Formats: sequence, structure tokens, C-alpha cells
Amino acid sequence: MARDKRMTLDDAAAHVKSGMTIGIGGWGSRRKPMSLVRALLRTDAKDLTVVSYGGPDVGLLCAAGKVKKVVYGFVSLDSIALEPHFRSARQSGSIAECVEYDEGMLQWALYAASLRLPFLPTRAGLGSDVTVVNPQLRTITSPYADGEELLAVPSLELDAAFVHLNRADMHGNAQFLGPDLYFDDLFLGACATGRRFLSCEKIVTSDELLKNGSFHTIKINRSMVDGVIESPNGSHFTHCTPDYERDEKFQSAYVKAAADPESWSAFASRFLGGSEADYQAEVKKWHDEQKAQA
Amino acid sequence: MTASTNLANICVVAAAEAFRGNGEIFGSGMGTIQTLGVRLARATFEPDLLVSDGEAFFVANNLPIGGSNKVIEGWVPFRQVFDTVWGGRRHVMMGASQIDMYGNSNIANIGPWKQPKAQLLGVRGAPGNTINNKTSFFIPKHTSKVFVEKVDMVSGIGYDRVAKMSKWTRDNFCLPRVITNLCVLDFETPDNRMRLRSVHPGVTVDDVIANTGFELVIPTDVPVSRGPSAEELSIIETLDPRGLRNKEVA
Repeated sequence: MARDKRMTLDDAAAHVKSGMTIGIGGWGSRRKPMSLVRALLRTDAKDLTVVSYGGPDVGLLCAAGKVKKVVYGFVSLDSIALEPHFRSARQSGSIAECVEYDEGMLQWALYAASLRLPFLPTRAGLGSDVTVVNPQLRTITSPYADGEELLAVPSLELDAAFVHLNRADMHGNAQFLGPDLYFDDLFLGACATGRRFLSCEKIVTSDELLKNGSFHTIKINRSMVDGVIESPNGSHFTHCTPDYERDEKFQSAYVKAAADPESWSAFASRFLGGSEADYQAEVKKWHDEQKAQA
Repeated sequence: MTASTNLANICVVAAAEAFRGNGEIFGSGMGTIQTLGVRLARATFEPDLLVSDGEAFFVANNLPIGGSNKVIEGWVPFRQVFDTVWGGRRHVMMGASQIDMYGNSNIANIGPWKQPKAQLLGVRGAPGNTINNKTSFFIPKHTSKVFVEKVDMVSGIGYDRVAKMSKWTRDNFCLPRVITNLCVLDFETPDNRMRLRSVHPGVTVDDVIANTGFELVIPTDVPVSRGPSAEELSIIETLDPRGLRNKEVA
């Protein structure tokens, strides 16, 4: 019988120590492991390197002053193009170091790490200012007749990884039910064994996985996962289709609150000051208030 | 203004024209006008194009903007989009915050990258797009702040940089069109500098020059951008019944 890997959000977040490199799955404001990010906000970990197809995960960690370095291709809320906290952190120069890649380069960096290769070649990035702002990047000449010069995207190894899937069993076999896995498997693959954490909407028995969707949806197997956390509504306010859509109203409120330090501090103390259960309860209360005002 | 000289409709038709002759590849549009352009092209003169719902599916029907009644003919999650880009089986029409005379474009940041005056999206897929597949642009407000001598961050590469790159890149690189609220531009010149291809109805060549921060190649005769045919007009209405296109070029 495979191991029972169930744990709490705070158990998982406690494994992340200051100075570590953490990869966060999802894409923009889509199926982000937000409850794990919120748990990370409750820890003392700082000086983190955050690797992400960035959304509010990057924004919240920047706003909390936990970020030393960000590795990204973009940071966006999708339906709202620009992430306000990331934007102000960049513009005030408060992030010590940034690595800005083409989206495909980031995939390659994680894929190289997951295959234990030092780099993977590509044309993406060549000729652009990505090579100027990342002087550490090197090219490689094809050893074959073409002799073409290609960009060698270096492997990007992670100390910890957070992803959120729709369903999982207690062993770490997991399933996406929405339109896109994004690059969640690569974030897990690029990460050191021992700190690969997967939250999900619901933990089910292994035989139940196939009742939710075809076998094609079971893209994560238990050898890729060290901890499983049941966290309903865990992607909130990003979407986790088909379980729920993005909470656009709340996302707008988040952006509005981020506009100045005073409103942000009120927002953070109301929603981010307590446990995940407190967060979910406050969000529900906030929606009730909005309805009452409408 | 009649429907056939309506600016948004002119832009949609110009966007569609950028995809003429593309054949069976993924026609991809970022933004309303771009999306309408590729869907119009597929509905009329370029029926082999694949068009997506903007999320993860190829749709076979003439899907209106924001419509949910999809006839899905394929699955194209991001990983497969990247494969399609790198395989060169795609033509994307993006936006740009800045663009120069050789087509170097910027969506990443304004001001120095180290500490920008305005952080925008980041380079996103622009480096990979421009080097791997056909990349066109739609720019809703043509001004000398967008059409600049030098962009602050080259996220998408242009012809002057490509001229110094590998033979493969020189042979495969293609920026077909830049479409704006004033005109249509291309790079069909001996040194691949940006050229005025047509002006929209009511716009003069001098208007374009006055709003461009570098010297354009201006042919002796500059035609007027064509408006939609009656058939195209009715398809545009079907694809965008709420008139969202008009908000992009207001």
C-alpha cells in the first residue's frame, strides 16, 4: 500500500525556508495554489526566489516583502492585464533581482531540470533583450552540419514546488479537470524530492479518479509528490475550472485595494490575517455584503 | 460614417487581410480587432485557418467574441501552443506598446528594465513568437510615443537584428503587417524598413508621418485601405454583435 501523504497547508508551508527557490504552478490568474501561497504568507520565510507564470501568487509574496528574486515570463491577472503589487515592486525597485524569460524559455528551464539536463537549446529569446538583461545566458553551436547558434536555456532547479489540482488521492496521484494542465508537471519535476506539495479541491480514493474524467486527465503520479493537501476553493480568487470560475469581483477588489498602502493594509488584515478557514469565511461574508449593498 | 467606412470595420478587414494566403496554420489574435480579423479571414477567403477560443480549444464554427456555443475541433493547451509556435505553424497578431522602423517591439516595460517607469506585461511569448512564427501587430492608437526611434525593451525582434542572425532565422523570419487606427504598414522594402502600405479612409499620408517617430518608407502611390464587402459586414456583425470592436479604436 502506497503511503498516505496527507498534510495541512501549514505543514507544507513550514518546509519552505528563507532563501529557497520556490516554483508555483498555474498560469496568470488560473488554477494557482493560492491557499498554499496564503499559508506561506503566515510563515517567517523570506528572501525567496519565486519561479512562476505569474499572477496574484507573485503579487502577494511581493506585497508581503518575502521576495528577493522573481523568475518569470509575465505577471498578469488575465482579465486585468497588470498585477498591481508586482508592478509597484518593479517600479520602486524593491525586488533585488529579476530574471525575465520568454514563456517558452521558462518551460525549457523547468523541463531541463526535470530531465536532469544542464540546459535545453531553443531559438526563443535569441536576438531579443532577454539576452541583454540576462547576461548569464549562453549560446551553443549545433554540432551538426547546420552549425546554427542556439540559446542554451539553463536548468532551473527548485527547492520547493506548490501546485493546485482538481482531484488527488492521498498518495499524490492527481488529476486536472480543466482545459489545461499548464506546466504543473514540470514544476513538480524540477523540484527536489521532499518539498513537492500538491493541494486539491478534493481528495478521493484512487478508483474514484477515473469517475471524474478520462485517464488522460491523470497527469501527475505519486512519485512526483511529497505532500497532499485537501483545500476546497484553494485557488480562490483565481479560477479552477470546472470546479469554479475566477472570482472577478473579488479580483477587482484586490486590485483596487492594492492601489494605496492604507487600503491594502485594511484588505490584508481582513483577509490575510488569519487561517485559510478564516480567509474563506471572510470572502463569503464580503460577497454577502456586496449583495446586500447591490 | 457608414458601416463600410467605420474605422473598427476597416481595421478588422485589414487584420483579416494579413492572414490571406496563410493556409492551414493556427491564426491567433490577441485582442478584439485581431481576433475578429482572423475569424473573418477564416469565414471568407482563408477557410483552412485554425482559430481558437482564446483558451485551449480550436473552434470550427464562427464563434462570436465571448461566445460559448463552441464547436470544438481540437485541443490546444499552452504546451501545444508553444509547440505550434516553435514549429512555425502559426501567425499571431499581437499588440505592442512600442515599435521601431525594423519592427522591434516592446510589451515588457517603459523606461529602463532594471527599474522601469512603468512595468507592463513582461516579454511574455514575444521573443519566441517573433523568431519562430509569423507575427503581425495591431496598434489601436498610432502616435509617435508608440512608433519610436528605439524601443525601451526589445521583446519581439525586428529585421535589423535578424539580419545579423543565423541563416535559418533570416530565411524564416516574417513580420507580415502592422495595422493601426490610421493605416496599414508592412516591411516589404529592400532593407526591411517599415513601409506605408495603405491609409484608412479619411486619413492622409501626412497624418501618418506626423504621428510616427521615425522615417517611414512612403511609396509614390499610397492606396486607401479597403472597407468590408456586404458579406464581410454581415459576418463581422455575427462575430461581434455587441460592437466591442468599436471600443478598441474609439
